[in-house]
Amino acid sequence: MSTLDSLALTCIPAQDEALRAEVRAFLAQATKEMPAHLRARSWGGYSTEFSRQLGARGWIGVTLPREYGGGGRSAFARYVLVEEFLNFGAPVGSHWIADRQSAPLILKYGTEAQKRFYIPRVCRGEAFFCIGMSEPNAGSDLASVATRAVPNAQGFLLNGQKIWTTNAHHCQYMIALVRTSGSAEDRQRGLSQVIVDLSLPGITVRPIEDLSGDSHFCEVFFDNVQLGLDALIGAEGQGWEQVTAELAFERSGPERLFSSIVLFDQWLDWVRTPAGRSEAAVLLAGKVLTQLAPLRAMSVAVQQRLAEGGSPIIEAALVKELGTTLEQFIPASIADALFAAESEDLPVELLMTLKYVTEASPSFSLRGGTRDILRGMIARGLGLR
Amino acid sequence: MNETDMFADAARAVLADRCTPGVVRAIEDRGLQAPEARALWTQLEATGLADAMLEEDRGGAGLGLAQAFGVLEQCGAHALPLPLGETMAARAVLDQGGQPQSGQIIALATGRLLADGGVHCAMVRSAHAADAVLVQVGSECRLLAVADARSAVQARAEDAALDWSAAQVQAAPQVAMAAGVDMRTLQAALVAAQMAGALGSVFRRTLQYANERQQFGRPIGKFQAIQHQLAVMSEQVFAARMAAQLGGTPPGGSGEGLQLDRLRVATAKARCSEAALAVAETAHAIHGAIGFTEEYDLQLYTRRLHAWRQTAGSESYWHRVAGEGLLQHQGLTLDLLRRITDVAPAH
Ligand SMILES: Cc1cc2nc3c(=O)[nH]c(=O)nc-3n(C[C@H](O)[C@H](O)[C@H](O)COP(=O)(O)OP(=O)(O)OC[C@H]3O[C@@H](n4cnc5c(N)ncnc54)[C@H](O)[C@@H]3O)c2cc1C
Repeated sequence: MSTLDSLALTCIPAQDEALRAEVRAFLAQATKEMPAHLRARSWGGYSTEFSRQLGARGWIGVTLPREYGGGGRSAFARYVLVEEFLNFGAPVGSHWIADRQSAPLILKYGTEAQKRFYIPRVCRGEAFFCIGMSEPNAGSDLASVATRAVPNAQGFLLNGQKIWTTNAHHCQYMIALVRTSGSAEDRQRGLSQVIVDLSLPGITVRPIEDLSGDSHFCEVFFDNVQLGLDALIGAEGQGWEQVTAELAFERSGPERLFSSIVLFDQWLDWVRTPAGRSEAAVLLAGKVLTQLAPLRAMSVAVQQRLAEGGSPIIEAALVKELGTTLEQFIPASIADALFAAESEDLPVELLMTLKYVTEASPSFSLRGGTRDILRGMIARGLGLR
Repeated sequence: MNETDMFADAARAVLADRCTPGVVRAIEDRGLQAPEARALWTQLEATGLADAMLEEDRGGAGLGLAQAFGVLEQCGAHALPLPLGETMAARAVLDQGGQPQSGQIIALATGRLLADGGVHCAMVRSAHAADAVLVQVGSECRLLAVADARSAVQARAEDAALDWSAAQVQAAPQVAMAAGVDMRTLQAALVAAQMAGALGSVFRRTLQYANERQQFGRPIGKFQAIQHQLAVMSEQVFAARMAAQLGGTPPGGSGEGLQLDRLRVATAKARCSEAALAVAETAHAIHGAIGFTEEYDLQLYTRRLHAWRQTAGSESYWHRVAGEGLLQHQGLTLDLLRRITDVAPAH
């Protein structure tokens, strides 16, 4: 319970808030021509050109040190940026993972050479990363990964397969969780993280189509891929600890509240018209607003904890579980509200957005750890396990 | 912040000691007639809490609702059956209106002016645990004695419908509502904070029970199904508490005493009411049959949560308020969210 009492209301510092106007002016212009059903993809949207533009403005890697090309700013600066990107539905998918996870991971565990090599290009929006954790037989149960990197004279010989790797087909690099020693029975022991240059011989990347017709996640096969010694990131055998820390970053951000926000805003515009307004719609609008508000307050409070150097793993899990539940509630209840009456002429663009978000919504509570896994973590935090 | 905690600590100390389940039951049964009621109130008065929302030069501590959150939370956490939070607010309203204090226990209500000049309150929460009711009628408030009223039963024994005659109304102390304050919003903010406390208590009790109760040779908390229910419950409690804290925060992050932001209060009351339903339901499910008994203390909190859910507007009432606000707002939902949630840290 101390966890629950511990988060206090807080607000984003003024110097970070100050970023918002400039970012918003840029985004309003940049996304003006994009239809809402495309903006609804938000961090799933993909545009290398857009990433480069953001990089040029210093809006990627804002929390990373200046000496590596970053912005040297606080976590709240990134929070403001991300919030704006998501709410405008900016296509930030190409650099998303590098900015959120990979570059911070390299900064924390990497060698000086790795930092100098990778981070500046991430910040310019030129180097993109993907996360190679999941495998066909290791999803929730990551400790059972079977992909192996066997140490040899040149470095490591990599064999195995990853799956569900978001944007592997567009990325130059993957940070993969692999087994460097022991066997699956050793569970967390013997796991390491390696940086894999996806252009190396022996690598096959095959996109998988999702149920909405998009192809963002992939299968990746490693067939005798020779990695250099410098592929290892962090210490050998420390992969599990590193991955756990990385996941806390992945779970706490605004992307766990705002995946359906483009749809919600677009629907509100319809409800603001006489034809779209109904009693049920007013109540639904209020229900979503009054659920989103405490969630945002919680998410900002978790951010504060991260900024203080804490590791609010349980709090982040709470936010993600509640947040993705609301993200899934939004398309479901908007559909109900729109079709509660006799069929009307509804705006087609709104229905297209609704279709996309409805079809994408199962993934909200899968990516980054399933609902059951998060509940298990919370239960552990409550002392039940 | 420290000062705030100091008040909450004072409330916790008195309530943990004196507001025991036995005392709660006695006051629920007999209201102010129960000897336990005056004894407990005397203790609470001695801490100065009841006057804490008066200005410092008027003998108070100048607390606003945001700073009083910890105290209100403690009231809920101990199922206090006396309207302490309501009295704190009522005394501040009266004091700001230049009315002298008389040490009364005061409930809050919204009333209707009758054709003959009398006042009717359809629902006064905790009427039987109060000396007087501060009733908003139109843009004014009147302090009316409970003993003077014609009283009709309400669904809960603690509550009542009350009527006062024109003469009583004429004679009653009267203050104008401060600009931007209305009774229902004020009550909703007060109730939400108390709900946050009760939600926390229900959660803690249920967690403890899950660790103790054994079935099939192990504590039921070792079963994944129960663990997941408790995890979900903790999410509800966590979110409701954040919302309730927002509810007491004045407009723009700073403001005077009882000034409230209606959208923040809507957030608080709607979210706490939703959580009340979910949390009470799961708590009873996990407790099995024992939790359904009068004798077991869980009911002191869950019955109250249901009553509070029905006080000063249910979730749908406040969803409508919030929904209207959102529809009037132009532009991104994010900007309204920021207005609601960006709160300068308490100092
Ligand atoms: C859109 C999308 C993008 C993704 N991107 C990536 C990526 O970039 N990189 C990457 O590595 N992975 C990625 N993933 C994979 C994602 O992390 C996994 O899908 C997730 O961890 C679940 O694993 P699984 O699919 O194998 O399901 P399983 O682990 O097989 O789970 C199936 C069901 O069983 C439940 N379950 C499993 N274990 C338990 C347990 N102990 N207790 C209770 N219930 C349990 C689960 O909750 C779930 O309901 C992505 C997934 C999606 C949908």
